[in-house]
Amino acid sequence: MKRLLTAAAGAMALASAPAFAQDVAITNATVATGDGSEPIENGVVIVENGRIVYAGPADDRRYQTDQVIDAEGAWVTPGLFATVTTLGIWDVSAVSESNDIRAGGSPFSAALDVAPVVNPNSQHILIHRAAGITRAATTTMPSGSIFAGQGAIIDLDSDGNPIVKARAFQMVDLGEGGGRIAGGSRAAAHVLFRNALREAGSYGEAARIPGGSKSPRDTTTGDDITVDPRMVGRDTDRSSDTLLTRFDAAALVPVVRGEQKLYVAVERAADIRAALALKDEFPRLDIVLVGASEGWLVANEIAAAGVPVIADPLDALPYGFDELASTQSNIGRMKEAGVKVALNVAGMENPRRIAQQAGNLVGLAKMPGATGLTWGEAFASISSIPAEISGMGGKAGVLARGALGDVVIWTGDPLEVSSVPTRVFIGGVEQPLGNHQTRLRERYRDLDESDLPKAYDW
Amino acid sequence: MNVVIAAASAFALGACATTGAAGSAGKDNGDTSRFAAKTEAENPFPSTYRPYPGVPTALVGATVFDGAGNRFDNGVVLFRDGAIVAAGGSDISTDGYTVIDGTGKFVTPGIIDIHSHLGDYPTPSVDAHSDGNEATAPTTPDVWAEHSVWPQDPGFSRAMANGGVTALQILPGSANLMGGRSVTLKNVPARTVQGMKFPGAPYGFKMACGENPKRVYGGRGRKPSTRMGNFAVNRQTWYEAIEYANDDDAKRDLAKETLKGVLEGEILVHNHCYRADEMALVMDMAKEVGYKVTAFHHAVEAYKIGDLLRENGVCSAIWADWYGFKMEAYDGIMENAALLQNQGACVVIHSDSANDIQRLNQEAAKAQAAGQRMGIDISDATTVQWITLNAARAMGIDGMTGSLEAGKMADVVLWNGNPLSVYSRPEKVWIDGALLYDAMDPKRRPVSDFELGQPGEGDVK
Repeated sequence: MKRLLTAAAGAMALASAPAFAQDVAITNATVATGDGSEPIENGVVIVENGRIVYAGPADDRRYQTDQVIDAEGAWVTPGLFATVTTLGIWDVSAVSESNDIRAGGSPFSAALDVAPVVNPNSQHILIHRAAGITRAATTTMPSGSIFAGQGAIIDLDSDGNPIVKARAFQMVDLGEGGGRIAGGSRAAAHVLFRNALREAGSYGEAARIPGGSKSPRDTTTGDDITVDPRMVGRDTDRSSDTLLTRFDAAALVPVVRGEQKLYVAVERAADIRAALALKDEFPRLDIVLVGASEGWLVANEIAAAGVPVIADPLDALPYGFDELASTQSNIGRMKEAGVKVALNVAGMENPRRIAQQAGNLVGLAKMPGATGLTWGEAFASISSIPAEISGMGGKAGVLARGALGDVVIWTGDPLEVSSVPTRVFIGGVEQPLGNHQTRLRERYRDLDESDLPKAYDW
Repeated sequence: MNVVIAAASAFALGACATTGAAGSAGKDNGDTSRFAAKTEAENPFPSTYRPYPGVPTALVGATVFDGAGNRFDNGVVLFRDGAIVAAGGSDISTDGYTVIDGTGKFVTPGIIDIHSHLGDYPTPSVDAHSDGNEATAPTTPDVWAEHSVWPQDPGFSRAMANGGVTALQILPGSANLMGGRSVTLKNVPARTVQGMKFPGAPYGFKMACGENPKRVYGGRGRKPSTRMGNFAVNRQTWYEAIEYANDDDAKRDLAKETLKGVLEGEILVHNHCYRADEMALVMDMAKEVGYKVTAFHHAVEAYKIGDLLRENGVCSAIWADWYGFKMEAYDGIMENAALLQNQGACVVIHSDSANDIQRLNQEAAKAQAAGQRMGIDISDATTVQWITLNAARAMGIDGMTGSLEAGKMADVVLWNGNPLSVYSRPEKVWIDGALLYDAMDPKRRPVSDFELGQPGEGDVK
């Protein structure tokens, strides 16, 4: 009997895997729009043609849609936006063959591009989709050089095409880690950085690269940055390549021009100041700080520079000498100073903990002497704000007219540890929520092997 | 000689002697040996922990989870002179006690982490501080974790202030098949590790199976490089320990003294082991050799053999949601704890992390919720037991702490909300009845030597 039920459920799961967007209205919901406001009781969310057309209090409109879902008071939110992840580029981190996070043996660094290697069938993507994360910034990490390579914005849907925006950002480590990689000190990292950006700045027609080619085709991989034509040309030798390969220099051209965001990984207050000062030399840099454990010490300077921050929420320990002032109040204090702050996933055990960590910042607000976030601010720090920082402001992480139809219905308050999504829509398409873990759970619901081994229990 | 040891041992325990009792006693008895180290039984690194003073305290009006699976709404917890006097309903008299109103709040026993490396891998986590793995031989039963603990690790205070942790077991790492002895600490700031040692706690013995030992030593081109190599080295080492334990005239051997302690059941085995099939093999090896596994740690696949673990009386110390970071963690699921509980097996939620130890309450709550979603209803009171009494039991200290039962140590946490909610934090933490953390009092918060004069000194963190 049990096996029959399981089989039926499995067939249903397959049948319900949707292929196209259906218009949907979700009524009677507790709606959190993700924009920093507090939740709306008795709210409505309407999605048409894969986009949000309405999210707000219920009114007397009638819903001419394919589907009306009565949420029965459940929480409905935009999908969570996890930033600085490695989702989709590893299966088992300790199994090096499956792990594309780092490439210490590669001669390339800034040129590394995550877009072609994201695996939409990765179990981590399936598991995090089921945790309500609908979009993410995913990137390789620094290894052979201070430059990590070019990260992408991905969606976590099941259509086999995860890349939303390729080459969305470059990342560089100018903190302790960068110093080690650059040869042993932060000073080395800064010189390496300047050399690289100056090479990139002078890259182009004036470089008079031997063996010049005809114009390569204009290859589009994202919605606003094309593959740099110099990277697909056939003129690959350059006698002056020393610290930076031709490809790496080419990859940094949009960075120095301010066309591609530069995520700068730094923790220490002094390193943050040095990162902000880079704009004096390279005024067009579009900097985002990542880490910034001591950001609260220089919060006013960060705010004045108008630089957003992707910070670790719960770091309370001096993991290194660059994090001596770590505190869970870091994000709250930066927020108070006027800094735009999103939660950094990179330091978490797994990205699905972002909601838990945001919830902790709400709990922190009750502690005397500490600075946390309101519920609305905390939720925004894992939805609209990381989307804005990633260049998807108004498109993702928010339930607002015109935004992508990324909608999640939850069992309860999404920041509470007991809550999980019951239904997830990405771009208006309802997503399957099964994965390796849910299958294991069902197989081992009991340990009955009286008829057949567990291997037949699927 | 045996008589001498027993006498010296009694003296050491009774009066906390630290000077050469064995040597001088030997002379008095006509032993011709001029030199003699203290023996194992003489407890060469005794605890010097003494409870700090407290006031007779009554926590009233709060919801009490007593750690033993009970819940008292509008409950009362009384403690004085370092010990729990009573815990129960509102009919308990509070005469003679300083009353703290816990209305709207919650009380639990002190949280206990069965798996920590605080002190052995302290922060700042620099190479100079890397003292958790004696990764120089596949078996190092001779090393003792307490000899690596840096009491100034700022992680201890965070575990208390953010996580309500009052006791924890520091284990050597998992590079080795036999990593050495653990030490159980009370989470009090102290100048020395002896000042933190949990009085009367048995030693634990860290073992590791699976990927780590074979990777570390296989990577050096030596045995073990496979799982079968792991077992071969373990079994041979045990056989030699049995010979040692059976030989009254054997020359002292630190490694074998520890293994003998395990065979005698005085040292509890904590075995890092992920895979279900491998845990089953380890339990057979334990039967072959004649020891007992007290707990499997990191047992991400324990849910596949909940019946076997129950029958063998072995606890599973597990994470709520870690998975996928190594091949043997690939089948980790959030329902692990709930499925084990459902099978009647012993569940402990552990951290193995300087971060997660600050939120074991939330980790337990996640595991509880995963169970509820699949129809396994586990009460809050039972969930709290995963991080209190069950941990204490697997550490051999359940007679002294882990629940709010009369006579036990007054290790108590007052939470500002349900500890199984993400929004709740410890408000006050007592250890042996002494108030050692108070969110309402900025000075009632430890600052380690390392943090003095540094940016952020004394911050709420």
